[in-house]
Amino acid sequence: MMEIMVCLKQVPDAAEVRVDPATRTLMRQGVAAMVNPFDLHALEEGVRCRERLGGGRVTAVSMGPPQAAEALREALARGADAAVLLGSRVFAGADTLATSRVLALAAGKLAPGLILAGKQAIDADTGQVGPELAAWLDWPLVCYVAKIREISPARAVVERRLDSGREVLEVDLPAVFTVIREINEPRLPSFKGRLRAKKAAIPVWDERELGADPAETGLAGSPTAVAEIFPPPRRERGEMPTAGTPAEAARLLAGKIRECRPA
Amino acid sequence: MREAPAAGPGGVWVFGEQEEGRLHPVVPELIGKGRELADRLGLPLAVPVFGRGAEAAAREALAHPVDLAIPAEDPELWIYSPEPYAARLAGLAGERRPEIILAGATAIGREFLPRAAVLLKTGLTADCVGLEISPDRLLRQTCLSFGGNVMAAIVCPGRRPQMATVRPRVFRPAEKGGRGGRLETAPPAAGPPAVRKRRLEWLPETAGGADLAGADLVVAGGRGMGGPKGFALLERLARRLGGALAASRAAVDAGWAPPDRQVGQTGITVRPKLYLAFGISGAAHHLAGMADSDRILAVNRDPGAPIFSVAAWGLAADALEVVPALLRELGE
Repeated sequence: MMEIMVCLKQVPDAAEVRVDPATRTLMRQGVAAMVNPFDLHALEEGVRCRERLGGGRVTAVSMGPPQAAEALREALARGADAAVLLGSRVFAGADTLATSRVLALAAGKLAPGLILAGKQAIDADTGQVGPELAAWLDWPLVCYVAKIREISPARAVVERRLDSGREVLEVDLPAVFTVIREINEPRLPSFKGRLRAKKAAIPVWDERELGADPAETGLAGSPTAVAEIFPPPRRERGEMPTAGTPAEAARLLAGKIRECRPA
Repeated sequence: MREAPAAGPGGVWVFGEQEEGRLHPVVPELIGKGRELADRLGLPLAVPVFGRGAEAAAREALAHPVDLAIPAEDPELWIYSPEPYAARLAGLAGERRPEIILAGATAIGREFLPRAAVLLKTGLTADCVGLEISPDRLLRQTCLSFGGNVMAAIVCPGRRPQMATVRPRVFRPAEKGGRGGRLETAPPAAGPPAVRKRRLEWLPETAGGADLAGADLVVAGGRGMGGPKGFALLERLARRLGGALAASRAAVDAGWAPPDRQVGQTGITVRPKLYLAFGISGAAHHLAGMADSDRILAVNRDPGAPIFSVAAWGLAADALEVVPALLRELGE
């Protein structure tokens, strides 16, 4: 029975987050929390792999504060069999190196045959946690997976997108795959799933449970630090001439395109 | 916070991503920026280059102001794969101790640099758009987060090397003109890593969004294009102008354009020289994927639409009427 671990991140609706220009801090009050959209595709793919294999277990895993349990409940409602929250005060303030370290320890306990994650999270947009997780485990990594063609407990055949083409790879398992949106269309939570998720107990693993060295987690385990945050430079509202008929508008626009067109 | 370690003697490194002996266009951009950083720190600039054709690409790098090029052509590096690439880069960095390693934030760079960072137990900043040396001689790395709404300056005070992937097309390419830099072929790695992955097929592709991400000119449509017919017009316009076609999420969700054309937070991020937006209102999710374009021209019926807050020039008009007229105007 294959264990499939799916990494989820709870993120704010990133498009709504702003920097307070006076205090230079994040304004995220009232911004809804959600499961990182790319991770929902990873979850869906995990559930589909379990279905194709005719059995197994999909465990959703998230490192985060207590409220991240909500993201895990959504994963349960959408088809995960189990969920674990990696939570502790000492995990707070982690950069990608410290985050991936904790996820790797969780993988050590779950012993999955496959780990799936979204290609990046929409808040920090780094795309580094999946690859770094694979590195801590010394497992093969395939990013930007667009299709899992074949899967067995020992190996998988996957298609992934690079900048100049599509690569088909045969990969020995266990491995870490990060997925892109085109891999699938995530199913919606079922009514039964929602009920089950509501009642489910979500275990919390802390540094003791994981056998983590606190020096490798959270702020202490993070080589990088945010020196400053600030709002992006504001653009001035551009010129907007009055357009008459569509033909006039087209003439104005064609002139502007000729002027701006790259050589 | 730990004391900053002594500057790595290996200097500033720029990873020389290459294909068949030709450097990726981001490499000269990184050489230009890397040269500036190296000069600030009084350190040499080196370019490691991996894979088949590495030596030719290393010579191309030396035509720029680079002090040292380090090609490695071991067979396990012939076909790109993150495991051998990361092992090799980390191995070389362990021996030569660079202060800084920069790589393009390309599909490859963003895949294997994180693995190298773990092997080196150091920090890595993703997709930087700004790099400078701070007064305390740290690499100050600026990146965008929260869909472009927030900029952050990141530092890595206590560990070396300081590593960053850097967004292509942000920095000006280095001027041509070598400085008599050396070429020093890296000896083959002692124990190549076990092969746990095999390439079965490689399907070169220009479609499917790859052309879009690197395009100089993008023609994008949204809900205001009314339907698939409107998008067929945009496709003709894109062809006429030699640009790539893009769409907003609303248009993709409606099925008017394929998902690999979607620009925005959960789609592709583009930064063309010219972005033409037709019938796009400019939801924050869309702006996150295109607001950094050099020039944005927008046509949308609603003069209050947010797209006009990022556009250099705009027309409050019905895009569905303007596009056919524009095709006639351009003599299609």
